[in-house]
Amino acid sequence: MRRTLPYLWVGFLLSVPLWLHDQYFLHILITTGIFTITAMSLNLLLGFTGQLSLGHVAFFGVGAYTSALASLGFDVHIFGGFRIVHQPWPAVTGFAVGILVAGLCGYAIGKLSFKVREAYFVIVTISFAEVVRLVALNWVELTQGPLALNNIPPFTIGFPGLWEQTLWGKVPNYYAVLAVGAVAHILIRRLVLSRIGRAMVALKENEPLATSLGIDVTRFLVLAAVVSAGIAGAAGGLYAHYIRIIDPDIFLFIYTVTMVIMVVTGGKGTLAGPLVGGIIFGILPVMLRPMATPEAQWIIYGVFMILIVFFLPRGIVPAVQDWWQSKMGVTQAPVDGARTGGRL
Amino acid sequence: MLEIEKLVCRYGKVEALKSVSLVVRKGELVTLIGANGAGKTTTLRAISGLLPPAGGRTLFQGEDITRASPKHILSRGIAHCPEGRHVFPHMTVQENLEMGCYLRSDATGIAADMERVFESFPRLAERRRQIAGTLSGGEQQMLAIGRALMSRPKLVLFDEPSLGLAPNIVERTFQIIKGIRDQGTTVLMVEQNAYAALDMCDRAYLLESGTLTLEGTGRELIKNPHIQEAYLGG
Repeated sequence: MRRTLPYLWVGFLLSVPLWLHDQYFLHILITTGIFTITAMSLNLLLGFTGQLSLGHVAFFGVGAYTSALASLGFDVHIFGGFRIVHQPWPAVTGFAVGILVAGLCGYAIGKLSFKVREAYFVIVTISFAEVVRLVALNWVELTQGPLALNNIPPFTIGFPGLWEQTLWGKVPNYYAVLAVGAVAHILIRRLVLSRIGRAMVALKENEPLATSLGIDVTRFLVLAAVVSAGIAGAAGGLYAHYIRIIDPDIFLFIYTVTMVIMVVTGGKGTLAGPLVGGIIFGILPVMLRPMATPEAQWIIYGVFMILIVFFLPRGIVPAVQDWWQSKMGVTQAPVDGARTGGRL
Repeated sequence: MLEIEKLVCRYGKVEALKSVSLVVRKGELVTLIGANGAGKTTTLRAISGLLPPAGGRTLFQGEDITRASPKHILSRGIAHCPEGRHVFPHMTVQENLEMGCYLRSDATGIAADMERVFESFPRLAERRRQIAGTLSGGEQQMLAIGRALMSRPKLVLFDEPSLGLAPNIVERTFQIIKGIRDQGTTVLMVEQNAYAALDMCDRAYLLESGTLTLEGTGRELIKNPHIQEAYLGG
């Protein structure tokens, strides 16, 4: 049962566009998927290393802007007479560059702030997000500022000359998000269940002890930050080439808050947590829309969140697992789940 | 085996160790006794690289490890079993032991060492899949000791192994530490329980306010009037 469940899920998700023809709802699923990917990336830092990045949207935005600019091309002047001209690249190449640049930002932030950590890390990440937002807003020559980057080309996949497919419309983009999400999930899963993941959990549980066992704290935290930022950058790239217009508002703090909510309510430090949290908080506002006025929606949304945090402090996924285990009469926690403090 | 020369350690401006020099020879069980705040834990942290010293030198088998990283020092053969029986509470017993040999990659050697630990601590073998946070205090201490041995150390640093344990478990813990020495691993132990420590050790040092004030065999120090008055309750 437990083994087949993931495959059933994948099968279900693959089948969605076959029976769901409502374009609006498909759009909601795509954006939900993109935000779920960012929640997964945040979970790697927050859930597995215990470091709260409150500027996570910066990596998302950097990925989006980099990917968009790389595929649109630009012509900017810096330091007086110096001029940089960039010819447009294919969207897929831009996407890869976006991941790379976001990962580099993760590396820089990690190196800068993990020596001090905790509160300082939170502050550094918030500041970073704000600085990037201001750059996007004010460097008009590069980013068009508040006028936004328009006409970002959609992805084109395939081999030039042989077969090519441009991802216009909802269905291909839905599958693109699903594919990137699956890759991100597998990557995080492999990382977390490996020796590296074990070291990260050890650091979170007892850092002095982990250090005394020869675990290089900074190295593992920086690694987590790089992977996390890269995945968030990938989500940003998906967003840019799907929505096809981005403005500095994608760096708003509220998006980071949304990611944190998804991770915490779903169950931080579990692999399934951000998926559950992401899907619930991506779709909930839409489900509420026909039922209540906008003001009431926010109240229901807020109450729901408080209830989860109050009654299920570790999140939905661990709570369901505990319930399942007590129902099945399992007294000992399985080995596999123990190392992460959560299962799947 | 281990030589410390004029080691100085500071926490900010507070000098926790003022020129400490001591020697641990191969195969010895040496203890460091002293009151709270005398600098015992600091000494161990300085040796294992967790706290870079402000001055002095640490030599291990002739190699200068004064400012080496904890990782390097562990790989040279010094394991640190920290105060307060630290375990990773959400990992299983077996995973905790695996963390002890994080730097090693010889799977067969690790498996053999783990079996050896389980032989010495049958309680841990029974509970190998249990979450470490649910073990009793004594079992957690056994686990911490077992984990320190998993790196196949030449020298083990024990920090207050008796802290917070029931008296019969304290006795058992000391037996185990003596056993480790008898099997050829050198031990440097910090202990507040002065009588037990002096009784079991080969040699001992007394640390007072960051300075070593006495040195001798355990027997000698037990008979010392100053120690009797200040640490053995007269």
